[in-house]
Amino acid sequence: MESLYLLIPLSVLLVVIIGALFWNAIRGGQFDDLEGPAHRVLQDDDRPDGRAPHNEGDEEKNN
Amino acid sequence: MENQATYNYKVVRQFAIMTVVWGIVGMLLGVFIASQLVWPELNLGQYFHFGRLRALHTSAVIFAFGGCGLIATSYYVVQRTCNVRLFSDGLAAFTFWGYQLVIVLCVITYPLGITFNKEYAEMEWPIKILLAIVWVAYAVVFFGTIAKRKVKHIYVANWFYGAFILAVALLHIVNSAFVPVSLWKSYSAYSGAVDAMVQWWYGHNAVGFFLTAGFLGMMYYFVPKQAGRPVYSYRLSVVHFWALIFTYMWAGPHHLHYTALPDWTQSIGMVFSLILLAPSWGGMINGIMTLSGAWHKLRTDPILKFLVTALSFYGMSTFEGPMMAIKTVNALSHYTDWTVGHVHSGALGWVAMITIGSIYYLIPRLFDREQMYSIKLIEAHFWIATLGIVLYISSMWIAGVTQGLMWRAVNADGTLTYSFIDSVKATHPYYFIRFLGGCCFVSGMFLMFYNVLRTVFDGKPVNAPIPAVPAHA
Repeated sequence: MESLYLLIPLSVLLVVIIGALFWNAIRGGQFDDLEGPAHRVLQDDDRPDGRAPHNEGDEEKNN
Repeated sequence: MENQATYNYKVVRQFAIMTVVWGIVGMLLGVFIASQLVWPELNLGQYFHFGRLRALHTSAVIFAFGGCGLIATSYYVVQRTCNVRLFSDGLAAFTFWGYQLVIVLCVITYPLGITFNKEYAEMEWPIKILLAIVWVAYAVVFFGTIAKRKVKHIYVANWFYGAFILAVALLHIVNSAFVPVSLWKSYSAYSGAVDAMVQWWYGHNAVGFFLTAGFLGMMYYFVPKQAGRPVYSYRLSVVHFWALIFTYMWAGPHHLHYTALPDWTQSIGMVFSLILLAPSWGGMINGIMTLSGAWHKLRTDPILKFLVTALSFYGMSTFEGPMMAIKTVNALSHYTDWTVGHVHSGALGWVAMITIGSIYYLIPRLFDREQMYSIKLIEAHFWIATLGIVLYISSMWIAGVTQGLMWRAVNADGTLTYSFIDSVKATHPYYFIRFLGGCCFVSGMFLMFYNVLRTVFDGKPVNAPIPAVPAHA
């Protein structure tokens, strides 16, 4: 029972902190564009030396 | 500062290789303790007794294999998505050597019987303190890199990794509160039911933030990259993150159903566990639907098979978990091998498969190769691993339900129908099937180890240059 005196305040404190983070992220414009970031990750070519064939175009034809 | 123009792949390489090494160690230990349950004579003296090696197995697979995989991928993802080198190379190297030291100390102390006696947190206090220091260094490297990012938006995978890092720090520190009595012995600062509640607040949130949030970070980067498709719904991924973070902290009491914990606390645990089904399945569907338009790749790409099968097991075990948290179901499943099966459906199916897929993605990129040495071997690894999981979880389902039913069976006069040893006898064949499943899974890891070594020796370690930030980002 006494564990709740520790864990409930701790959880409430966490929810407040998480809520503040969430609010800050919204205010900071983190979620203004919810399409672009998904594509930007794909545009980052992380293949070694960049010489490997990039078959993005081929895939489009297949669809 | 002279190599600011490249990413720090060195630390990623170190952690990635150790992921495979610790995977083999941890899973071999698992197969060994599984065989001890089939053939008890394999309990060779006190140092290699089931009771001691079991803790070593769980810590090795969760924290050594899973932890190295998480740190490797988080260092890679945070650099690539923030377009910037790690915050500090020195501190990153410290996290690697420090983390390995923690693992080695556990490998030495657990068989010696040095234990804090808390599940998934058995390390004694000097190791706990070392781990806390290493973890803070990890947090500094990760969040320091986010802070100096060149891209305004923080990619969703980094949110998951960030939550995992912060939550694990908090859980470790609160649950580890100790009173030392000597160099290698300390006692928990809590006692009785309080201690049990704190332990399972820790235990379940370790599942939630270590084994779920962390690996979801992995999923949200490597699934889109390997499939060559953007996340199905980026908006849903953000909702997934916040919903999971807000609800997870309360689910722990379901580990203490029908114990000295107050009844209403158990019920809260059950309700929040059921609520968790929603964000979990939202994320699972989001991950799988990322393949829409690229389903044909599943036929030829075994790395993608690993990643998508991992998501399917994530869906399965996050359905099974809330069901088992329902008190009436739990009355049957608690303390049986069903729980063990459930854990392994998550651990082998979700955690190990998503990690294996991500490591196969990473190794060629870290060693300047176009692809892994052998795609056929990855394919073989996939099938042998899947077969192993199916053997493992189906045998444990049957064993668990059998045990549960036998334990609760009563005769007309109210006496128990079966003695405990009857249920042990009934379980024996399933323990053997589980052992076979484990053998399959660990032999897949050996294939992976060989494949990784060949790729490493064919290639050379590279630190990729940091591309210019695209203007439209």
